This record gives sequence, C-alpha cells and structure tokens, in this order.
Amino acid sequence: MNPGPRSPALPPDPTLRESATFDRRTIAEIQRAAETGIYDIRGGGAKRKVPHFDDLLFLGASMSRYPLEGYRERCDTDVVLGARNATFPLHLSTPVTVAGMSFGALSGRAKEALGRGASEVNTSTTTGDGGMTPEERGQSKHLVYQYLPSRYGMNPDDLRRADAIEVVLGQGAKPGGGGMLLGQKITERVAGMRTLPMGVDQRSASRHPDWTGPDDLEIKIRELREITDWEKPIYVKIGATRTYYDVKLAAKAGADVIVLDGMQGGTAATQDVFIEHVGIPTLAALPQAVQALQEEGLHRHVQLVVSGGIRNGADLAKCMALGADAVAIGTAALIALGDNAPGLDAEYRALGSAAGFYDDWQAGRDPAGITTQDDELASRLDPVQGGRRLANFIRVMTMEAQVIARACGKAHLHHLEPEDLVALTIEAAAMARVPLAGTSWIPGQGL
Amino acid sequence: MAALSEVLVEPPVGVEPTTVDLSTADVRALNGALHAPRVAETSPRWRVLHPDGRHSIAVGLDAEVEVEVDGHVGYYCAGMNKAATVTINGNAGVGVAENMMSGTVRVRGNASQSAAATAHGGLLVVEGSAAARCGISMKGVDIVVGGDVGHMSAFMGQAGRLVVCGDAGDALGDSLYEARIYVQGSVKSLGADCVEKEMRAEHLAELAQLLTAAGMDADPAAFARFGSGRSLYNFHVDNASAY
Ligand SMILES: Cc1cc2nc3c(=O)[nH]c(=O)nc-3n(C[C@H](O)[C@H](O)[C@H](O)COP(=O)(O)O)c2cc1C
Repeated sequence: MNPGPRSPALPPDPTLRESATFDRRTIAEIQRAAETGIYDIRGGGAKRKVPHFDDLLFLGASMSRYPLEGYRERCDTDVVLGARNATFPLHLSTPVTVAGMSFGALSGRAKEALGRGASEVNTSTTTGDGGMTPEERGQSKHLVYQYLPSRYGMNPDDLRRADAIEVVLGQGAKPGGGGMLLGQKITERVAGMRTLPMGVDQRSASRHPDWTGPDDLEIKIRELREITDWEKPIYVKIGATRTYYDVKLAAKAGADVIVLDGMQGGTAATQDVFIEHVGIPTLAALPQAVQALQEEGLHRHVQLVVSGGIRNGADLAKCMALGADAVAIGTAALIALGDNAPGLDAEYRALGSAAGFYDDWQAGRDPAGITTQDDELASRLDPVQGGRRLANFIRVMTMEAQVIARACGKAHLHHLEPEDLVALTIEAAAMARVPLAGTSWIPGQGL
Repeated sequence: MAALSEVLVEPPVGVEPTTVDLSTADVRALNGALHAPRVAETSPRWRVLHPDGRHSIAVGLDAEVEVEVDGHVGYYCAGMNKAATVTINGNAGVGVAENMMSGTVRVRGNASQSAAATAHGGLLVVEGSAAARCGISMKGVDIVVGGDVGHMSAFMGQAGRLVVCGDAGDALGDSLYEARIYVQGSVKSLGADCVEKEMRAEHLAELAQLLTAAGMDADPAAFARFGSGRSLYNFHVDNASAY
C-alpha cells in the first residue's frame, strides 16, 4: 500500500492553487481509504520532517579547547553495557548496535547477515517479536534476546543462550501498539516459531500478559535475573513519549540498560497514522532521558542506548554528546544490507514504488530479499556479503564519530558533551537544551 | 550467592527432601541451588519453608526435581518451569508457572491473575480458583482449575487446553487462536470470536484424560467446549469494530 513517489511537479496551470490542508497526498489518501476501507499499513519510520540531529552542530576545538591529531592520537569507542547487576556485561568495540528486528519481519538470511556484520565489528544484534533463530544465534557474538508482550517463541533455553535480555515496553514507531505481521509472511516456519496458524494476520499484544506498571516490572526483572542466575544484563526498551518518567521508572525498576526509541524509528508493519502521529522525536526524548538518569544518580551506571533515525557518524556523535552510551540502528542496517538499492529500481516500480521510497516491508515481496519469508526472494541476499556491507557501514559510522570527537579534543566518544553542541533552530535548541548557534540562549532556560 | 550448604536446614539424606527455609535463606540462593548441574541426581526432592509471599520462587528449573513449597508464594512461582514438579501448599500470586515449558505445577489454594501466562507446555493444576487472565496467550500448556476463572481467561490463547470445573468470568477466550476451553459451570460472557463448539467423542476423551491427570473428580459430559470462530484471522473491513 505504498502510494509511491509523487512527482513534485508544479501544477499544470500556474493559476491552479494547491491547498496546504488538502494537498494531493491528503486527497489521495482519502480516496484510497474510501476505496479500500482499511488504513494504510507500511514499514519504516515517520516520514514527516521533525527536529532531528541535523539541526545540531559541533563547535570543534578553538583557542580554549585542543583538538586531537587524527590517526595518531587515540579516540576510543568501546562501551560496556549492563555492568550494574549482571555478572557478564556486554563489552562492545563500537557504540553502534543493531536494533531488534524480528525473524518473521526479516528473513532468516537477513538475520544471519546482521549477526555476521555485527560480530565482525564486535557489536551486538537483537532478536525481535518472533523468537531466536539459529541463524542469528550462530553468527551473533553478542545477542540481545527480546522479551515482548507476545512472548512468541519465548523459552528459557534461549533465555540462557542469550547474552542480554531486553524487556520491550514499546517502540518509537508505535508507542502503545503491539506487533503486526500480515498473513503473507506467516509461513510454516514463522507460524511454528510463534505457535500460530499459518496465514493469519497476526496482531500481537500491546501489554505484557503478566505484569503492568513499574512495581510489577521490578518483580519481573527480578524473575528474569533469577531464571538466568544474575548473569545477563537486563535492558528495558521504551518508545519515546513520557520519556522523563518512563526512564526514571525503568531505572528504579532495576534496568541495567535503557533503550530509548524515538518516533522516527523504523517498524516492519504499522498503521501509517500510528507511525506519523504518536510519540516524540528522538532529539526531544534523549535529553529527558539523560536528565532522569542524572537525577537518580544513575547516568553512566544505567546505560542509555538511543535509536530512531540514526543514520551516520554525526548522529552517533551527537547522541554521545547529549549523554547516550550507545545507539541502535534498524533502518540504516537494512539499507546497508541492500534495502532500497538503486539496482532494484525496476522491480520496486513494478510494485508501485521506487528505489529510495520502498517501505512495504509488511508485504513480504521485498525485491532485496530482506523483509520477506519467500525462499526465492530471500535467497537473493548473500548473508556473507550482506554482513560485510553492514560491518563496513558500522565502521564508517564509528570513524566519522571519531573524526568529530577528535576535532572536539575528546579521547573517547563518551567524552563528548552538550557543551560541544549548538543548535540551528530554536526548536532544536529547546529540545536538545543547547544554545542556539551564535547565542548563549537555550530556550526555556532563561537568558 | 550463598553456597548450597548455607541454605540447607539439613543435609540431604537418601530421598529425604533437601529443605530450604526462606526465613533465613534468600530466594536467589534457593534458585541458584535448584539450577545446580546434576541437581536431579544429587537432590531430587526439595522442600521450601516460610515462602511468605516471596516472588520468583523456584523459577527457571530445568531438571526432574520435585519441589514442595509450604505456604503462600508471590509472583511468578515456577516461572518458565521445565521438567520439574512444583507443588504449592498455599495460594499463588500473579503469573504462577508463567511461560512453563513442561513439568507440572500444582497450586493447592487459589491462583492470582495471569496463571500460566504464555506457557508452552506442561500441566498447571489450580485446585481452588484462578483470577483474571488465567491462561492468557497460552501456547500449548494444559491448565485445569478446580474452581472458577476470572475475566479474560485464555485471552489470545494460541494452543493448549484450559479446563474450568467451576464458572468462567467475562470475555472468556477473547481473540482466541487455537487453544481449546472446557467449562463445566456457567460462562458470564464470551470474548470476541470465541464460540461454543460441539463436544465430540475425541473432546470427551481428551477432557477425561486432563481431569484424570489433574486428579479432579468431574464428569466430562457435564462440560461445554469453546474455541475460536476464526473469523478474525484475516482482517476484514466488516469486522472492524471487533479489532
Ligand atoms: C523491519 C523491522 C522490524 C522490527 N522489529 C522489531 C521488533 O521485533 N521488536 C522491537 O522492539 N523493535 C522492532 N523494530 C524497531 C527497531 O528495533 C528499532 O527500534 C528501530 O528500527 C530504530 O529506528 P531506525 O529504524 O530509524 O534505526 C523493527 C524495525 C524494523 C525496521
């Protein structure tokens, strides 16, 4: 259900005036809804423009700050996740981790490719709403096992096989929403892993079946620790909404790591209205989370992993400067594997989309063979090559962030700080709580 | 973590149960001891005293051991159980036997909400009544309740069987997939897409088996069977109000 790229063409007659309220896209959506009687479901994250990391700039070294020499002087990138309570925290070489994406949404080969790529650069991958596959466990050196409301495929053996456990409360693309996997992707293997009949339109639960609220969460986290003998870090993933309170409550409930996913965060299948209208931007959420942890005296003790629209080393460096310990990438990782590749343009067009626009990840017809359960399509993705591409991409992101950190005189990415940043817009300044460029003004914090 | 020797009231002798008193030992030490390699050979029987509503007692077991808990337990007792037999001589808090894979869990008293939530296998017997959401998202477990179950029981139940010897509360079997439900008493209301189904010979037989396994004295012929109408399996605009 992808309306495809619209030509930004001018109206045929310059005297015609397009309504800002009822523009052509809006009109087309009303027509589509009237025709089909069902909301638009798609993959990807929010497409609307929201204040984001592009609205921030680094100041770089100056008279009062010394830069570090590129290549010669060290700028470390390692991160330890989950040392608060776990006997075996994760020791990663880069703060770029791979976000939870389900087997079911992705093919087994795509999961394998993610595992290969991440392991090559010594970072982690994350399972998803559909259980742990041997493809991913086999290839992923550090595997985070998601504990979701649906509990599809959840079992104590996989829990013990995992390197960390992520209790999922929500996702940035759909805070308050459960999972969705349409019938065409519920093949025999997916159905078996989820204990579902083949071909159903699966709507998974949005609330956990055996706990609600922060007091219960504390008990649940404790249970997971008891089951796994306190060995594994326990993450809590939240979609960005009431972030300040959610982070406080999650940290108090005993989370070792908090994963914060902003509204630009990708999804495999969600209603467009949900993706675009629920949740807050990653940029707005991150400083709230850091404030919450600082007030609890837990900043840097409970690690903060930020996701939702992270695309490059600049985004990474800005997250670090605002107080994150690591980031997670979903959409960018899929693109690195080969999603939306220009070479597939003709095939995307045959599906009513185009390279650079394809978001029908729910449909299972992915020409790149990533978001599909069709064996023939899936075989197009070579997991070894895909893994290499992902590893390359993560290396580039990490090196880009190092370039910026050295320019700011920082010997570790974690030494970047809000003081290194300014904002280009008043909105971004207010959200990131850094001054508007060229001023000392932080909106909302007086003069 | 406390060493096993520190949590024992008395050392194991033959088949005498290993006894752990939770008024002096902590739950972490108990679970650690129950997870010890070869525990089924070294200490196949356990007795837990003074649970006093503590949470996460005997969770994550993965061996053929028998654990008897003398008293009331808090949340998630016997959570994710595999192979073990856990008996609670008292009431159980939220989520008893949650996500159980195999083995048997028996609650002699009543169980709070979400009993056997998402459990994949094994048998949960509640001799008293179970509160709301009993068997929520069940994925293959068998549950036999001697008394009543609360509202939204077997919500989104995917597989397995829920047997209720008493009455069922509101919205039984809402959004049910392939789990089967047997109720002897009254059903206050059925949830979305849950329908009464014919009791055929094979159902009477499986119900008789379940009742026997649970040690319940009831006549299978007195039960009614409920299952999924399967009308919500694929989105259809005419069902929009049910979603
Ligand atoms: C194809 C796909 C499948 C996903 N599946 C899950 C999932 O099963 N569980 C989950 O918590 N998040 C899931 N997510 C969300 C990601 O974990 C992550 O929050 C998001 O992709 C980050 O934003 P980004 O895509 O902009 O990097 C999925 C995302 C995508 C793109």
